[in-house]
Amino acid sequence: MTSRHESLIRSLGSDLKPVQRLRPPALRALGWLAIVGALAVALAAFANTHAMWERVTAAPDMWLAVIGSTATAVLAGIAAFELSLPDAPRGWAWLPLPGALLWIGASGFGCLRVWVVPAAHVAELSEARDCLLFIIALSVPLSALLLLMLRRACPLNPGLTAAIGGLAVAAAAATLLNFFHPYDAAATDLTVHAFAVALVVGINRALGGQIFSLAGVTAGRLPPN
Amino acid sequence: MPPAVFPGKAEVRSRSRHLMITAETQSRSADDARRAAQMAAAQSGDRAAYEALLRDCVPFISVIAGRQGVPPDRRDDVVQDVLLTIHRARQTYDPTRSFNAWLRVIAERRAIDLLRQVRRHGARELHAPVAFESYPDHGADPARGVEHAQTSGRVKDALANLPAGQREAVEALVLREQSLAEASITTRRSKSALKVNLHRALKALRGKLERTE
Repeated sequence: MTSRHESLIRSLGSDLKPVQRLRPPALRALGWLAIVGALAVALAAFANTHAMWERVTAAPDMWLAVIGSTATAVLAGIAAFELSLPDAPRGWAWLPLPGALLWIGASGFGCLRVWVVPAAHVAELSEARDCLLFIIALSVPLSALLLLMLRRACPLNPGLTAAIGGLAVAAAAATLLNFFHPYDAAATDLTVHAFAVALVVGINRALGGQIFSLAGVTAGRLPPN
Repeated sequence: MPPAVFPGKAEVRSRSRHLMITAETQSRSADDARRAAQMAAAQSGDRAAYEALLRDCVPFISVIAGRQGVPPDRRDDVVQDVLLTIHRARQTYDPTRSFNAWLRVIAERRAIDLLRQVRRHGARELHAPVAFESYPDHGADPARGVEHAQTSGRVKDALANLPAGQREAVEALVLREQSLAEASITTRRSKSALKVNLHRALKALRGKLERTE
């Protein structure tokens, strides 16, 4: 063994402190989802839940889209916590796919419907902009919380982990948007939602990689020869 | 009495192979269990167990890096990276699961990271020793030495023609790089006289050199 390894091992040994083992990833994901659930309950207090219920149950594509976005948030949340472990298989990234397909499919089919559901109207561009702002504003605290929770593990795929975490956040924010979204499915609204989700995923991927790197999880440093 | 049945050559070979595999599996699992126990002890802060475990991991990591195609001169980098990752990720290890499997995945990923890094590095840099040797150094001008000698000769002449007090000030403060205090001792002149002499000397030198150019 080279003296280089020996000196590193000694310095790591001197830095050793007792650590608390991480709980199983699914359990940690449930912790984050519980906080999202608590936020949903708090937001419901300010929303017209009766009108929301009427709107969502009026057409199958409306409630299927809500189930899809909820499933995406749950599955992507679990996948992000699984991926944050250093030995996690990358296949976990596919876990949110069924939820995402249902969400995108149902929202897309909603645009093809020729009648407008009761207690709703087609969003104008300024209203669609409010949707964008709502998703982004809600994503900031949810992302910060998720990235901090994920940081405790040691993701060796920081970009992928943060991107899937971003998907969980964006899907959760889009689900919570339903409380304040008296609009029917329409192409403009759908485009704005897709843009907001892509933006949140992209920002999470970029910032998440940085945050995990600051935690000392930089990949492939090349020491000078 | 039934005849004694002696096993054939093939059967003996197969049986001994089976025994070897069993022994290997048992020793491997014992090895794994020992490492898992050491890692569990490290999680509770046992430094001796931790350092022993890390030392034990070094050859294992090196072999995995080699299998991933890391060249021998880069395997130590992978070992260092993996040791750091074990340290950073030690709270994520579950002692009920295989330590070797956990370490293998981490080592493989770090090896791939390093290979990617090396490839990126290689794509940016070009190994061309001939080009390096034949690269023209614009600062290396053959006439420069002659020019330098001429300039220093002119400065020497100009300096020799200065009054004694001014010449001493330049020699002590500029050429010998002495401080004002040191120069005042060696030249036996006051600091203010030295300052005035230096100022006058530089002004005179500047004038003389500008005239000669």
